[in-house]
Amino acid sequence: MPVEYSGIAKEHTAVRTAAGLFDVSHMGEFEVTGPTALHLIQFITSNDASHLADGQVQYSVLTTPQGTAIDDLLVYRHAPDRFTLVVNAANIESDLEWIRSHNTVGSARVEDVSDQTGLLALQGPRAAGILQGLTDVVLSDLPSYHFRLGHVLGVETLVSRTGYTGEDGFELYFPASESEKLWTEILKAGEATGLLPAGLGARNTLRLEAKLLLYGNDLDRTTSLLEAGLGWIVKFDKGEFIGRDALARQKAGGVKRKLSGFVMLGRDIARDHYPVYVNGAEVSHVTSGSPSITLKQNIGLTYLPVEHAAPGTKLEVSVRGRACEAEVVRTPFYKRKDS
Amino acid sequence: MNPQDLQYSKEHEWLRVAGDIGTVGITDHAQSELGDVIFVDFPQVGAKVEAGKTLGTIESVKAVSEIFSPVSGEILEVNKDLLTAPEAVNSDPYGKGWLVRIRIEKPPADLMSADQYTQYTAG
Repeated sequence: MPVEYSGIAKEHTAVRTAAGLFDVSHMGEFEVTGPTALHLIQFITSNDASHLADGQVQYSVLTTPQGTAIDDLLVYRHAPDRFTLVVNAANIESDLEWIRSHNTVGSARVEDVSDQTGLLALQGPRAAGILQGLTDVVLSDLPSYHFRLGHVLGVETLVSRTGYTGEDGFELYFPASESEKLWTEILKAGEATGLLPAGLGARNTLRLEAKLLLYGNDLDRTTSLLEAGLGWIVKFDKGEFIGRDALARQKAGGVKRKLSGFVMLGRDIARDHYPVYVNGAEVSHVTSGSPSITLKQNIGLTYLPVEHAAPGTKLEVSVRGRACEAEVVRTPFYKRKDS
Repeated sequence: MNPQDLQYSKEHEWLRVAGDIGTVGITDHAQSELGDVIFVDFPQVGAKVEAGKTLGTIESVKAVSEIFSPVSGEILEVNKDLLTAPEAVNSDPYGKGWLVRIRIEKPPADLMSADQYTQYTAG
C-alpha cells in the first residue's frame, strides 16, 4: 500500500465527501474455532465477546498482565464456536505466539489466514451507494459493526460495516487471489461518483481526526487501556482475563495520565515524537501529530498528566527546538454529522 | 523536465542565477517526494545563509523537510505568495513555487546541470 496515489489531501477529502478505496490486505486475520474458542478470546481480550451475535463485530484489545496493549483488534463472530480476529500487520507473528501460548484450556484451533485473505476498505458517505451496485448483500439491513457473507462482483466476500476513517464504510474480506480484480472493478464502478484510491497517508490523517488509535504510536505495551481512553472496552464483569486485576487496581486508584487531543494555536505542525511541555516542564511527547485536512488545523495526541488534561489547558510543543503553543481540546477532532 | 537554465543541488534544490541574484526553489522530484506542501517556514529577509546549510523548512501533510541553500549569500526576498498558496510548490516548482531570492556572495560550487541532475535522480 503506497503512502499516496493522487495526494494525501485529495484522497482524504474524497473519503470525507465521496469515497476512497484502501488496499489493507497487509492486515492479519486469525481464525479461532472450536468449543473453547470463546473461552480463549474472553481470556486474552478486554472486551466481552460473549455478547456478540453471529454476524457481529467488536473492537477489542489483547492485554498484558499489566493491563497494557499487545495489539488492538476486531473480533468477528461467525458462529458460537467460530471467530475471526483481525490484527495489525506488524504484530501478526507476536500476536499469534501470544494467543497460542494462552490456548491451554481445551484446544481451540488458531489458524493464521493472513496470506490467503485480501482486504479492501471502501470508506466514505458514498461507499454504500457504490457497493450496493456490486453486491447481493442488502446494505440497508447491515448496521455498523455487523457483517454478512455474500458476493461482491461475483466473488465470495465477507462484507463488514467497519472502518478506520470516521466515515460510514465497509471492509471487504475475500480470497487474496481476487484482490486485483476487486480493486480495479470497484474503482471503475465508483469513478463517476468521486471514488479515489487512497493510501497510507490519508488513512493516517483520517483516523487521527476521528481519534482512532494507531497501535505503536498511541497504544503499545507501555500504555494502559484506561490511560488510552479505552475503558469502554474493558469489561470487568465478564470474568477473568489477562490484565483484569491490574486494570481494576488502576481504575480504583485513578490513572495518572490520559491520552489527550490538542490543537496547535499557530501554524506550526506537531509531528510524532515531538516533546510536550506544560509550564516549561517536559511532560510527554506527541504520539500522533499531523495537519488535519478537514479542520484546517494542526492536531495531535499525547499522554498528559491528568491534572493537565482538561480541555482548554495550554501546552507547548517543541517544534525543532522552538516552543509552540497548543491547547487541549475535546476529542474526537472530527465526528461525522449523521453519527 | 528539469529546466536547462538552472543548476541543481544534491539536496534537490534548484538555483537560477541572474547577475549576482539567485532564485532558489525545490525540484519537481523533491515536491513529488514531499507530497502536498502546506507550509513553508522562511528565513528572515536580510539573514545570511551558507551553501549546504538550512535556510528554512517545508512542511507537507506527511513530513517536514529542510531546505538547504545551494549558495552562500543574503536573503533578499521570500515568496510571500506561498503563505496563502503553498500548493504552488507542488503545481509549479520551477515558477510560482520559488522560495527565496539570495544576493550571491560566492559563486556556487558542486551544483549539477539539468542533465546531471536528471541522471542523479534516475539512479
